Amino acid sequence: MKRALLFLPLLVAAVIGVVLFWGLGNDPTKLESARIDDPVPAFSLPSLQDPSKLFSEEEFKGKVALLNVWATWCPSCRVEHPYLLKIAKEYGVPVIGLNYKDDRQAAKQWLIKLDDPYLFNIFDEKGRLGLDLGVYGAPETYIVDSEGIVRYRHVGVVDDRVWKTILEPRVKQYTNEG
Amino acid sequence: MKKIVIILLALMSTNTFAIDTLEFDTSAQRVQFQVLTEELRCPKCQNQNIADSNAPIAIDLRNEVHRMILEGNNEDQVIDFMVERYGDFVVYKPKFDTSTYLLWLGPAFIAFLGFIIVLVTARKKRLPASRTASENELSQEEKKQLNTILSEKEKV
Repeated sequence: MKRALLFLPLLVAAVIGVVLFWGLGNDPTKLESARIDDPVPAFSLPSLQDPSKLFSEEEFKGKVALLNVWATWCPSCRVEHPYLLKIAKEYGVPVIGLNYKDDRQAAKQWLIKLDDPYLFNIFDEKGRLGLDLGVYGAPETYIVDSEGIVRYRHVGVVDDRVWKTILEPRVKQYTNEG
Repeated sequence: MKKIVIILLALMSTNTFAIDTLEFDTSAQRVQFQVLTEELRCPKCQNQNIADSNAPIAIDLRNEVHRMILEGNNEDQVIDFMVERYGDFVVYKPKFDTSTYLLWLGPAFIAFLGFIIVLVTARKKRLPASRTASENELSQEEKKQLNTILSEKEKV
């Protein structure tokens, strides 16, 4: 019994070691969204293309979609743009844009120049919906299920690896569930 | 020279608040604002509070705190509003609940454990000292053995 007790510190050190080692792989700048499993917050915001057209949270119901937060002032958004085009056009997953604290003209130009992957774009000039969603920097990409419930948030650039390993399996899962 | 020193000191003593031109109705509201913005953590620049940071998101959150205070919300309401959107991460002092109890009680528990260990080891140490003197002395048999061992050593 006494001998066994001598191994206790080793055991404790091993446990702490495993926990800390696991922590090494975590990126502290990627926060889990507080909105997971909540409905998309209520909003009423104009379309980027047509200021007279208003969107609400109802737009998210009926299909699993990606909600991509982007802006022309965000360099990483330019990096991920080709992948969004691929996801929307090749893989056929609807991508809804949240144009976040941006300039309307610049954003429209961007979509003409770089092509438009979005089903439609919500123009959130003041960042109200962004704040309600808990957006803390662009780009962010959310998975919203067919009930309009936020299921996942990815912070940072979406690329092939992120799509294949993180987003696609989840989109498939929620599509099958819905 | 003296002037330069005074200016430098003045610069150093100004606190690091990112000053916005925010107006308040009462000085109590101003104090409330300062307390809250120091308690809320910036989600983007993670080791700064939102009073300290100039990241756009921190500016937005400050404006939001300002708006809520002017609308008459109390501190708990503002904190709840932020936690609802940004999670427990935004508060430096998380609430006590099922996911944070380890954080709150862990240190006290470990201190308690240490105290117990100290107590137990201290007790064990005291036991040998309490042996009677006769127990510590060698018996005739043992003395003989000891002598033989010692004399053998000498021969070698």
